[in-house]
Amino acid sequence: MIIASLAFYMFAAVLVASAVMVISARNPVHSVLFLILAFFNSAGLFVLLGAEFLAMILVVVYVGAVAVLFLFVVMMLDISFAELRQGFMQYLPLGALVGLILLVELVLVLGGFVLAPEVAGNRAAPMPAPADLSNTEALGQLLYTHYAYFFQAAGMILLVAMIGAIVLTHRTRVGVRRQDIAQQTARRPADTIEVRKVQTGSGI
Amino acid sequence: MLEIGLAHYLTLAAILFTLGVFGIFLNRKNVIIILMSIELLLLSVNINFVAFSAHLHDLVGQVFALFILTVAAAEAAIGLAILVVYFRNRGSIHVDDIHLMKG
Repeated sequence: MIIASLAFYMFAAVLVASAVMVISARNPVHSVLFLILAFFNSAGLFVLLGAEFLAMILVVVYVGAVAVLFLFVVMMLDISFAELRQGFMQYLPLGALVGLILLVELVLVLGGFVLAPEVAGNRAAPMPAPADLSNTEALGQLLYTHYAYFFQAAGMILLVAMIGAIVLTHRTRVGVRRQDIAQQTARRPADTIEVRKVQTGSGI
Repeated sequence: MLEIGLAHYLTLAAILFTLGVFGIFLNRKNVIIILMSIELLLLSVNINFVAFSAHLHDLVGQVFALFILTVAAAEAAIGLAILVVYFRNRGSIHVDDIHLMKG
């Protein structure tokens, strides 16, 4: 029990620290790397909560795809980031004020927050005991039955996002010599070679 | 203090959410950091969902968190694609410059 508590505090501390570094790092590449650290630590928190599947999804999809996508874009765009940081201190007071107000509101909400006693009876899908069914299996059994349509909709969202991103960033450049296999195979000797009868000693 | 309950996770998510909002205000000129702050916001919401799911022994919270992850990934991909196209057209990603609907 105490190990789980210590693990929670460690993950939480590193998560908050890396979130602070994400928003305050001077170099955006460092920001992305701290974002990856934050994702890893929240995956640890998910494991502590018993949501192993989501933890692995977070590591695979977020660290493996989204964070690398961020890294790729940050490195691809040739931007003077020092220029973008101008006004950083100027925005600090307002941002701190808004953040403080938001935090106070959240603390007030959480402070007076009590779960209604009858809420335990309202479970839509009670969690099976880990000995009977692992988290991944239980989630799969729920996702492919009750939430099948939502699952398909999620797939559609990803497909639309993929096509949209490709359509947005694709460009046909002019002046690029590209291999055209159909044209190559359709080429006949008659199109390209001309046979001339050359008289000996006179040239063409 | 050593017994980790729902309140601990909710507090952590609240701190993370605040940091995300703070990041949007702090890096007002840099769209990339703003997108990363949005990822932090969505992560904190996910922590809330999973914490409630574990506390109430209800799996639906985790299903919802999975869908949030999906939508967040799609949002990041589209956002970065728009950013790349914008940079190609304008040569900068200053948020202050982005006030024209026409390219």
